[in-house]
Amino acid sequence: MSKLLVSPSPHIHSKDSTKSLMLDVVIALIPAVICSVIFYGWQELLVLGVSVASCMLLEWAITKYMLKKPSTIGDFSAVITGILLALNLPYTTPWWVVFTGAVVAIGVAKMTFGGIGQNIWNPALVGRVFLLVSFPTYMTSWSAPKGLFGADAVSGATPLGAIQEGIMRGASVQDLTSAYNYKDMLFANLGGSAGEVCALALLLGFVYLCCRKVVKPWITLSIFATVAITSLIFWSIDPSRFTDPAFNLLTGGLILGACFMATDYVTSPMSVWGGVVFGVGIGFLTMMIRYFGSYPEGVSFAILIMNSVVPLLNMWFKQKKFGRK
Amino acid sequence: MSKHTFSIGGVHPHDNKISRECAIEQLPLAPTVYISVAQHIGAPSVPCVAVGDKVMVGQVIAEPGGFVGAFIHSSVSGTVKSIAPRADLAGRATTHIEIAVEGDEWMEGIDTSDTLITTIPDDPKAIVEKIKLGGVVGLGGATFPTHVKLSPPPGSKCERVIINGCECEPYLTSDFRTLLEKGEQVVVGAALLKKAMGDVPCTIAIEENKPEAIAHINDVIAKLGYSGIEVMVMKMMYPQGGEKQLIDAVMHRQVGSGALPISVGAVVQNVATALAVYDAVQKNKPIVDNSVTVTGECFPKQANLLVRVGTPLQYIIDYLGGIPADAAKIISGGPMMGRAVANLQAATVKGTGALLFLTEKQTKRAPETNCIRCGKCADACPMGLEPFLLNKLSKAADWDGCEANAAQDCIECGCCLYSCPAHIPLLDNIRVGKGAVLSAIRARAAAAKAAAEAAKK
Repeated sequence: MSKLLVSPSPHIHSKDSTKSLMLDVVIALIPAVICSVIFYGWQELLVLGVSVASCMLLEWAITKYMLKKPSTIGDFSAVITGILLALNLPYTTPWWVVFTGAVVAIGVAKMTFGGIGQNIWNPALVGRVFLLVSFPTYMTSWSAPKGLFGADAVSGATPLGAIQEGIMRGASVQDLTSAYNYKDMLFANLGGSAGEVCALALLLGFVYLCCRKVVKPWITLSIFATVAITSLIFWSIDPSRFTDPAFNLLTGGLILGACFMATDYVTSPMSVWGGVVFGVGIGFLTMMIRYFGSYPEGVSFAILIMNSVVPLLNMWFKQKKFGRK
Repeated sequence: MSKHTFSIGGVHPHDNKISRECAIEQLPLAPTVYISVAQHIGAPSVPCVAVGDKVMVGQVIAEPGGFVGAFIHSSVSGTVKSIAPRADLAGRATTHIEIAVEGDEWMEGIDTSDTLITTIPDDPKAIVEKIKLGGVVGLGGATFPTHVKLSPPPGSKCERVIINGCECEPYLTSDFRTLLEKGEQVVVGAALLKKAMGDVPCTIAIEENKPEAIAHINDVIAKLGYSGIEVMVMKMMYPQGGEKQLIDAVMHRQVGSGALPISVGAVVQNVATALAVYDAVQKNKPIVDNSVTVTGECFPKQANLLVRVGTPLQYIIDYLGGIPADAAKIISGGPMMGRAVANLQAATVKGTGALLFLTEKQTKRAPETNCIRCGKCADACPMGLEPFLLNKLSKAADWDGCEANAAQDCIECGCCLYSCPAHIPLLDNIRVGKGAVLSAIRARAAAAKAAAEAAKK
């Protein structure tokens, strides 16, 4: 001992760091990643690889050459954005479209605002929505899972897309949904973007995050509850026009969005009640877009809209202070 | 058994009670002690001895400097060598009375035997007076003069005495050892405090990680047969030993901002204070020594030492084998709220409860990164504050904003900084805001008082 450190209390720190929390999210996404690679094969692996690599490369380059700050790629947040963006894209997306998505996600939605912690909207979702409106052809040509070693599958529409199309043709929702088996949905046997297809793998990851106390379940549960209740009301009014609750819970990336995108620390409210209102907003907007909007699925838009009001929710919903009214 | 805890926030640091098996042992007398005249909250005491005077153990050497003040007694027998400013733990100059130790002569009337005296005096006032004469101050950390706490302002009434045996700070075990080894005295001390407050019920709160102490105190209460004293088992949670948190946990009442515990009918005293009350009232023995936990993974010899007040830290450390090579920080107190020692020549005071040695790896702060708005600081804050917000307001010097968001309620427990994954020095910044708000509040009160007096004239 040559010198004594003298600094204010506390003198110890919990083991949590930004890096450890983000790493937990990456671990929680692994089941869904494995699942999507098994179902979609090497093409999915390519989408994932391009997405993660470009997100990390962009964050590194922007911090180094534009912001001239210490690099933040070591905190794993760019990895999460990369994985989430990839899970939001069809496995057939060309690499340059994936890269464009990463530029928008990291370059525009995250680093423009000052990097980690400073962004208003979820970067992966901004990237995804940008691609959806810019390259609708690539983004809507979904293919049914073909498996790691399977032959090329026939491309088709996602369940929500098919139903929207069917309603436009004048078909009854009951007839349209009868084509789907909920067990298939839970165990990943339907067309959709990679992250939409294995509900169980996503839920498993989410349970891990809750057990590790990385996220609190309130936001996710209130999204599920709101989607279930809203669709139950509409479905009981007119089952021939509106899809049923189970169908809505299991399709269109709702589980991916509710478990991993809406719970992003940076873009969600801090207090429990703020989170509940945030979740209810997402659930309700999702159902309104699905039932009455022109896009077949609305989770991405709903989350981005609710991201925008997070500062308000943080102001309105504060926890009670000790010994104060 | 149901376990109790406070209602908002809190964290779970590993308790690291590695010195729990170390029985309290007497530290040999140092050749010279340095007794500070500012060992408590309130006015510093006024020395009443002169250089060259012979003093005995337990002799008053400084008298209270105001209503909120305390007697200070010599902890050794010997000759007063000097009364002069000397650097304290933090390196600030404070008046110390230096006494060269000669033998160990105790004042007449002090009962140094081990005989347990369980008869409780009838007159509450006499109990409080003896506590005052014994120089008893709160030994849980705040060192607030105990007799002042036991004299509620007119109009307020005590409904429950709480003996704080939580010892929620990691590493510390001196209260635990006191409960185990001097449980009888602590329980009699509790009975004395209960009597002093008008025979109200008394709760001894102990955290669940001290099952031996819980069992022992339950046995003692049964053996001594006092009624109205009970043990409450608390969940392990930091900062349970915080006064406001403990009252919330035990009585489900929240002390308001800026208010005293007595406003909700509570009086909280620490286990070590209860022992000091027993000594002062039953044995006429003032505070001349206290138990100090000396610990740390890097420290070769864990110990709980009975240390005379005014013993230089260097003397204690040398007795146990010196500072280990990899120790980077020495803390007076626990790792969450203790103060880093800047000066090893400093002497112990009544409130010194521990010396903790941490290595650089254990204590060095990681570099600060961006806030990720995870809200962990707000979840951890036991006062329900928003540390991330107060941090920003403090840095922007927005004192009105700090006050509106209750920076003055911060108890500086360190939960926010402890739990922040971005390693933002939240508490460091909030302390600045809290200080500014408190001085603004004091200035307003002083101005209002001056205006009221001017109106009277």
